[in-house]
Amino acid sequence: MTTLPQTTAKKLGLVIDLDTCVGCQACATSCKEWNTGGYSAPLTDQNPYGADQHGAWLNRIHSFEAGEGDASRTVHFPRSCLHCEEPDCVTVCPTGASYKREEDGIVLVNPDTCIGCKLCSWACPYGAREYDYGHGVMKKCTLCVDRIYNDNLLPEDRVPACVRACPTGARHFGDLGDPSSEVSQLVRRRGGFDLLPEMGYKPVNKYLPPRERRDGRAANAASTALPESGGGASRLDKLFGWADRLLSR
Amino acid sequence: MKPKVEISAPVADEIKTSTCYMCACRCGIKVYLKDGQVRYIEGNRDHPVNRGVLCGKGSAGIMQQYSPARLRAPLLRVGERGKGEFKEISWDEALGLATQWLGDVRDSDPKKLAFFTGRDQSQSLTGWWAIQFGTPNYAAHGGFCSVNMAAAGLYTFGGSFWEFGEPDWAHTRYFMLFGVAEDHASNPIKMGIGKLKARGAKFVSINPVRTGYSAIADEWVGIKPGTDGLFVASLIREMLKADRVDAEYLVRYTNAPWLVIDDKGSADHGLFARDRKGNPLAFDKKTGKLTNAMLPDIAPAMIGDFKLKDGRKAVPAFQLLARRFLDVRYAPERVEKETGVPADTIRRIAAELAEAAFEQEVVLDVPWTDWAGRKHDKMIGRPISMHAMRGISAHSNGFHTCRLIHVLQILLGSIDCPGGFRYKPPYPKQTPPWLKPSGKPRDVAPSEPLGGPHLGFPLGPDDLLVDENGTPGRIDKAFSWDAPLAAHGLMHMVITNAGNRDPYPIDVLFLYMANMSWNSTMNVPEVLGHLTARDEKTGDYKIPKIIYSDAYYSEMVAYADLILPDTTYLERWDCISLLDRPVSEADGPADSIRQPVIKPDRDVRAFQEVLIDLGARLKLPGFVTDKGKPKYPGGYPDYIVNHERKPGIGPLAGWRGQKGEAYGVGAPYTKQLQRYIENGCFHFHKLKPSMHYYKHANREYLDWALQMGYRGTATPIVFQLYSEPMQHFHLAAEGHGPVVPPKHHRRRIATFFDPLPFWYAPFEGSLLDDGDYPFAAVTQRPMAMYHSWGSQNAWLRQIHGANRLYINAARAREMDIADDDWVWIIGYKGRVKAQVKLQEGVNPDTVWTWNAIGKRSGAWSLDKDAPEATRGFLLNHLISELLPVRPGGYRYSNSDPVTGQAAWYDLRVRIEKAEADPARTEPFYEPIDTPWKRDLPDTLRFGEQFRRDRWRRGS
Amino acid sequence: MHPAYSVIFFTTASGAGYGLLSLLLLFALLGLVSPDVWLGLTGFGLAFVLIVAGLLSSTAHLGRPERAWRAFSQWRSSWLSREGVMAVLTFAPAGIAALGWVLLGEVSGALAWAGWAAILCAGMTVYCTGMIYASLKTIRQWHHPLVALNYVVLALATGAVLLDTLLTMTGQPSRQATWTAVAALAIALALKLAYWASIDSANKSYTVGRATGLGRFGKVQPLDPPHTEPNFVMREMGYRVGRKHAARLRLIAALLGFILPAVLLAIAEQAGGAPWLNSIAVASAAAGVVVERWLFFAEAEHVVMLYYGAGAA
Repeated sequence: MTTLPQTTAKKLGLVIDLDTCVGCQACATSCKEWNTGGYSAPLTDQNPYGADQHGAWLNRIHSFEAGEGDASRTVHFPRSCLHCEEPDCVTVCPTGASYKREEDGIVLVNPDTCIGCKLCSWACPYGAREYDYGHGVMKKCTLCVDRIYNDNLLPEDRVPACVRACPTGARHFGDLGDPSSEVSQLVRRRGGFDLLPEMGYKPVNKYLPPRERRDGRAANAASTALPESGGGASRLDKLFGWADRLLSR
Repeated sequence: MKPKVEISAPVADEIKTSTCYMCACRCGIKVYLKDGQVRYIEGNRDHPVNRGVLCGKGSAGIMQQYSPARLRAPLLRVGERGKGEFKEISWDEALGLATQWLGDVRDSDPKKLAFFTGRDQSQSLTGWWAIQFGTPNYAAHGGFCSVNMAAAGLYTFGGSFWEFGEPDWAHTRYFMLFGVAEDHASNPIKMGIGKLKARGAKFVSINPVRTGYSAIADEWVGIKPGTDGLFVASLIREMLKADRVDAEYLVRYTNAPWLVIDDKGSADHGLFARDRKGNPLAFDKKTGKLTNAMLPDIAPAMIGDFKLKDGRKAVPAFQLLARRFLDVRYAPERVEKETGVPADTIRRIAAELAEAAFEQEVVLDVPWTDWAGRKHDKMIGRPISMHAMRGISAHSNGFHTCRLIHVLQILLGSIDCPGGFRYKPPYPKQTPPWLKPSGKPRDVAPSEPLGGPHLGFPLGPDDLLVDENGTPGRIDKAFSWDAPLAAHGLMHMVITNAGNRDPYPIDVLFLYMANMSWNSTMNVPEVLGHLTARDEKTGDYKIPKIIYSDAYYSEMVAYADLILPDTTYLERWDCISLLDRPVSEADGPADSIRQPVIKPDRDVRAFQEVLIDLGARLKLPGFVTDKGKPKYPGGYPDYIVNHERKPGIGPLAGWRGQKGEAYGVGAPYTKQLQRYIENGCFHFHKLKPSMHYYKHANREYLDWALQMGYRGTATPIVFQLYSEPMQHFHLAAEGHGPVVPPKHHRRRIATFFDPLPFWYAPFEGSLLDDGDYPFAAVTQRPMAMYHSWGSQNAWLRQIHGANRLYINAARAREMDIADDDWVWIIGYKGRVKAQVKLQEGVNPDTVWTWNAIGKRSGAWSLDKDAPEATRGFLLNHLISELLPVRPGGYRYSNSDPVTGQAAWYDLRVRIEKAEADPARTEPFYEPIDTPWKRDLPDTLRFGEQFRRDRWRRGS
Repeated sequence: MHPAYSVIFFTTASGAGYGLLSLLLLFALLGLVSPDVWLGLTGFGLAFVLIVAGLLSSTAHLGRPERAWRAFSQWRSSWLSREGVMAVLTFAPAGIAALGWVLLGEVSGALAWAGWAAILCAGMTVYCTGMIYASLKTIRQWHHPLVALNYVVLALATGAVLLDTLLTMTGQPSRQATWTAVAALAIALALKLAYWASIDSANKSYTVGRATGLGRFGKVQPLDPPHTEPNFVMREMGYRVGRKHAARLRLIAALLGFILPAVLLAIAEQAGGAPWLNSIAVASAAAGVVVERWLFFAEAEHVVMLYYGAGAA
């Protein structure tokens, strides 16, 4: 049903650490790999070996530069569905294929009832919905709903494929509705933020901002230079300053 | 009504473990199989390399497995080389032909076979095969990859960055990463950086380009390419000036106090003063006498002039080192312009290093015993760690630059201590390892195996593989005066030298998994010329026969005569051996296997199977029994289990002995592979904590390593701040000794064989006018691509289907160049047209691009108009394998003068705006055909089959 | 936004159809035209053809047209579903009124009720169409108070042009119809001009810095896209029309869609009926409205494009 649940028992989501992501694409391809054979199977690819190759991916990794010149920085920016609390992508759906689960807040598209009108993708400011040209329906991040409760997987593997694969540990999964969960604490500790909060969709996924750099421009740039040993003696004298010290050891 | 979601569907009929081969990292994987197809590949949580994680490449392994570029059957060329015209032949015919070609060479002149392997992970087998064959011409691709790293490390401290050691991620407080490092140990480094981030340790990246790891560094130092050594030398100077070096550590573990003979002009000037037994001497301050420097508990002088028994002067090596680096040449202000790093930054980083090293000591309550039997109740470390790879290695000054980094590490006391850089067993080895190269011209004879391994570590000119005139014995001129310490060979020179018949012609070029007609070669245009050049008299190709083995339709396939199709990594047995490039961790040695997880659906065979078969057909020693029957009738797995390199030591260290009870040394165990499979296809032997650090001088570790056969003796490793082998070459260049370089080599040898590291400008730049070629041009490997393999992968090629030239934004604007403009990248060899992307985070004097995206149209079974060919480009076309011509000068290869490492990153270019029409990269080579009909799908629906399965079960 | 021709045809054709349907019934109910059989057959026939063709065309935009029936289920939250429901609902009263008109030749009594209901339903259908776009917060040019009104007024204006022409063709020209059409065109143009002026002057409040949350570090620019070739989002939302090109097209839309038809109809009326002028007016209005609708999509900037290099949205 495309009307939204009043509340959800849990708010499952991801916390993505922009300070740690190196942009390696592990989360993107592991997502593609799991999901092309999973709940939304297949995620088709057009012209896979030709010109203009493109396909349905549920997680894409951008890179941005923020600032200019010496003050600039490079930030890798994974982008996928934020599983918003009040998403328009669900309410605009004419068929009920798109819905938000009451039990955990996951926003899903039912690939068997979606008519491929693409309106939900128009309603999403985050580009989270990807139309599958080969399948004729809309695809999106399922938060690996077919992994996280899957009894056929080891308990420690019951996390989204992207979190499971991430080599740097930049992706965290948990219940953001529970203030005491590890992810909620992490968000508080690191000043996690919402994407485009002014849109009013209340994203569940949070992003952790890149931390202050510790280079010469940093406010806390500690030491400046090492003091020279042996005062203002000549270079050769200094060299022999070593002799004194080492001879007395 | 709520739709029913099947949240707990069965994910696999079967899960098999194996080892990834989507790059050189060799992570453990779990392959989920459903209906005989690969459903999913994930990292193996138990595996020491990746602890469960998997990178973007590894997670796209399915698309490699089902790539349309997979070769399908043995091929024999029918058209001209380079056209891609082949006929399919049977394996019998293919192996018969190969046996005939190779047998003829072996019976007449084995050196006429050049056998070079690329991204080979079975070098202990391929190398051993080449020994038995008897050709001196064997190496893998290390010479164009990382030999500067390997050689500098091994000659300095018996270990190396690369994948042979790692930062102590758990304890380090300050981590410096030099250059690009995404090519090896990529997941371990990502995991490690993640740990540093979580702990708040400082991470400094020294790299002209700010992407990948550098993007998240706490400090990015956007240095000019090829000047890292200068930057490090300046840090060393700051440390010495401020007296911030670990003197205790230097006395204990290094040759800093060893006395160096100071007798200019004599044959032993610059060598260590030794006693009659050959022990180095030091001046003991306690007794006031010269004494064996290897004795424990002496108090050696580090500074001073001392008189030897014969009355000559000698000085401690440290004094020479200090003199060199206190020179004002290395003052921060002096190096600021050349490196692009402000003097203040250099001073601040030096101060931070000193602070981390000396004020933040890491103390572990772990008792241990040193080499001399002295007991210590704690392990104390200086938590500074460093790592470097290709960015340092791929310059013509890479050997010395890498040595400079190691010297800095050693001065700070941070090798194999808590928080420092740690060896991974079987390292450390001796400095250098006790293994000399084999294959001197006089030792090569028809039908005879070579006396020993091809690759080794010369200690002086006597160990070179040259004839009495100084002419190289190897086709790649490794271990000649061109590249005396070429410990990995010079694969990048093989085709050029063979084409020029310099030093001699060859008959068969046998390559494995190396794209030497495209992205793995320097100077593509001329190398293609050598591959297709014909002898004017005979009309035959100058390189008469080329045998190539690859799993995929790479650009090289089209240039070979006989193709032996390899399997994919999921279809094969393999062993990642301690005899080869191990997958060990610092806490203990590890090795691993691949097992076939699915059956090939094509007429292909694993190259290693083929090599063992060829060995038996050629009746090579070791490959046949006394009766001439194949020694390994079971093929590669038979070899893996039953081959013994030395008694009790075989390719795999785990589960040896009669019942599989032994580790490391023991009789072959029939169920060894089964045990590996049961354990997740790897074996990790965790060492006791008392052996975790100071492995170079840890009695317990050294004794154990001796038992394991890692080493010849249990003597400690002494770090060679001052390198005596280098001085041996230097003295030869001054005319001393029986083997001296030909005249035209002398100046070069004398200059670059300096026993102390130093910095010099990379060659190409110093031979060209800066004004003509103001930019350094480098490449980086994208994290989601490994060499050119990724372009056949339907998923990875969506991520990187074309590449741009990245230019510093401010510099581009000065040149009136905007995003998406087309430019000519002009080097002294030619020009390449590319599209531009402006970037803030790149050194202003550097341009760069992603490596190996550009493809030859038609290769890799892609459509001929694929963007890889129309909007992708290589810098290889501009990178010469030879240095620019100098008046009257001998043409050296574009390589490090010490090791022969290919200097990919020395390229200098200028940038000019190009016309936007046609919007296509240049040069554009004539497309190559595929030997089969292209029947590429418009839409790929991989995974649909698993979905149907879901419905069939009616859930 | 990518201007999909199926959607452009759908909204313009069915809009005109609903407009014609409503005005035809309205004129009869008010006694301004008589429910003559020929007028009924041609009028309702044309209206239904336009409506049905439009609706069918809209399914061509669907990835799974065979499942289109599912779109009637979510009228409680979805304007698209409401549009579908209303479109179908409209057929009931409209069908009854049309049958009455053609078979009985009258629109009185119960048939009048059906007529009024059909007018209301048609209006609501077009309003729902407008609201599909107007409800999208992600597209500043669409999330605008004038959008739904534009849709309704344009449907009426194009319907009025058709009605006037039909009356002329069927031999019962009507001054009221002509001046209704001219007035509707004038109002529609005024609203469209106001809309254009409004979207041109509005602030682009969203930037890449805001979209990524990285604005705190300075100006944000994309370095590498996730994939090197355009993906669905870029193909669907990444359409951009040049400023100059758009201005030209606006002029064409205003001239062909509004000014020229109004002038032609007025001249024809003054000349006492000139079917050929009416025909030109219809053709011109159709072309103009298609351009207007194309621009409606092409000028719409989706916030998501900020992640793909758009400076602001």
